[in-house]
Amino acid sequence: MWTWFHKLASPPHFYRTAAILSPWLAMPGLALIAWGAWQGLFVVPMDYQQGDAFRIIYVHVPSAYLSLMAYMIMATSGAIGLIWRMKLAHAVAASAAPIGAAFTFLALATGSIWGRPMWGTWWEWGDPRMMSELILLFLYFGYMALRSAIDDTAKADKASAVLALVGIVNVVIVHFSVEWWSSLHQGQTVFKKGTMDAEMKTALLIMILGFTLLFGAMLLRRIRTEVLYRERRTRWVREMILSPEGGS
Amino acid sequence: MTTQERQIPGMFTGLFAMTRRDLLLAWKRPGDVLNPLFFFAMVCTLFPLAVGPSAEQLEFSGPGVLWVAALLSTLLSLNSLFLSDFEDGSLDQLLVSPQPLPVLVLGKTLAHWLTSGVPLVIVSPLLAITYRMPPSVIGVMMLTLLLGTISLSLLGSIGAALTVGLHRGTALLSLLILPLAMPIMILGANAVSLAASNDVYTTGIWALGAYAIASLSLAPYATAAALRISNE
Repeated sequence: MWTWFHKLASPPHFYRTAAILSPWLAMPGLALIAWGAWQGLFVVPMDYQQGDAFRIIYVHVPSAYLSLMAYMIMATSGAIGLIWRMKLAHAVAASAAPIGAAFTFLALATGSIWGRPMWGTWWEWGDPRMMSELILLFLYFGYMALRSAIDDTAKADKASAVLALVGIVNVVIVHFSVEWWSSLHQGQTVFKKGTMDAEMKTALLIMILGFTLLFGAMLLRRIRTEVLYRERRTRWVREMILSPEGGS
Repeated sequence: MTTQERQIPGMFTGLFAMTRRDLLLAWKRPGDVLNPLFFFAMVCTLFPLAVGPSAEQLEFSGPGVLWVAALLSTLLSLNSLFLSDFEDGSLDQLLVSPQPLPVLVLGKTLAHWLTSGVPLVIVSPLLAITYRMPPSVIGVMMLTLLLGTISLSLLGSIGAALTVGLHRGTALLSLLILPLAMPIMILGANAVSLAASNDVYTTGIWALGAYAIASLSLAPYATAAALRISNE
């Protein structure tokens, strides 16, 4: 019953499956984002406290959630690659890192834009979530820097997997230490919102779902390129490129 | 006919032999121990020059400055943790030795802590006095540094093992280790700040102790794995 899983782990099979799967994630993802954005920006009523400024959460929350999700994917597939020596898993980890870093940056940027009218400052050093997110961005940078510093791909895969695993233990500690730290410094602006309006929530959930699907499609596309590059000297790649269809 | 069993020394013999060797090496090259300390003192000197020498300012920023300086100077010494062993080939000998690698790594890290963390703790009161820190707070600061540098050495050994033999090792090591080491600095510096304002500071101390124990039990395995990977 696990044969489909083993088949998926074979690069040529994955390369083809991902090509079929990717548009099926991208199209509904984009449709959901379009609908959610229209709902969020035009239909949903203004927040009685924050006015229109709150609408940025429709980008901010999905990005923040995906920034963590991408790190989890990166670390988990790194571990799978280390433990079961599955080459494809390392390709997944390598592809997830830049996307995760991009979403982390997006979450920080939208948070900062939101903070300008709400807190009166672009950057609030006292906010624990902003700090944790910033440290997460640095972890992504470190991970990518280590990868690019090692020339041998196999070695880079394993070394960065160890780093990602050490990092994932630390993400939790970072979170709690920053929380403790900010509670000492006049616990500024921990937003305690009441229950969210149902309409607002639906639009947000739709955005989160849309972002996740789009993330899946982006990840698949990146993995395909990564697999193609890593397998560039193998026979199936050569045969595919030389075949009449030229490979797609 | 009896076959002679090859006697392998015990685990602790290996650990202490490793520590002893690294301490001896450090003794022969005192610069490796002293330079990070001078660096520590210099960073502490930079801050009053940059932000002004007023007494309130110094009292307020003292704990933070000392901790940042300690973190940076530990990073400086971490770079050479496996470097000379890598260059002269003794690292390969460690990898093939019958002793468990995590134990040998722990021995090396222990030596690193004894030659970087402990001297830092000993020197820190001198600089703390110049920052007008009262004696009771100095005690707390030394305790946080003592516990914190254990974790820094262990955590840093993972980074040093990952970057050993890379061309751009030094900058990369800082990039890898600084975000991971941030919690240690947060806990340490804030415990000292709390002690300075006569507040309850024990949370930070306990957390630092917990961090040290956790890294003591986990980090050597990660370092050993990283060493094997970078020396394939």
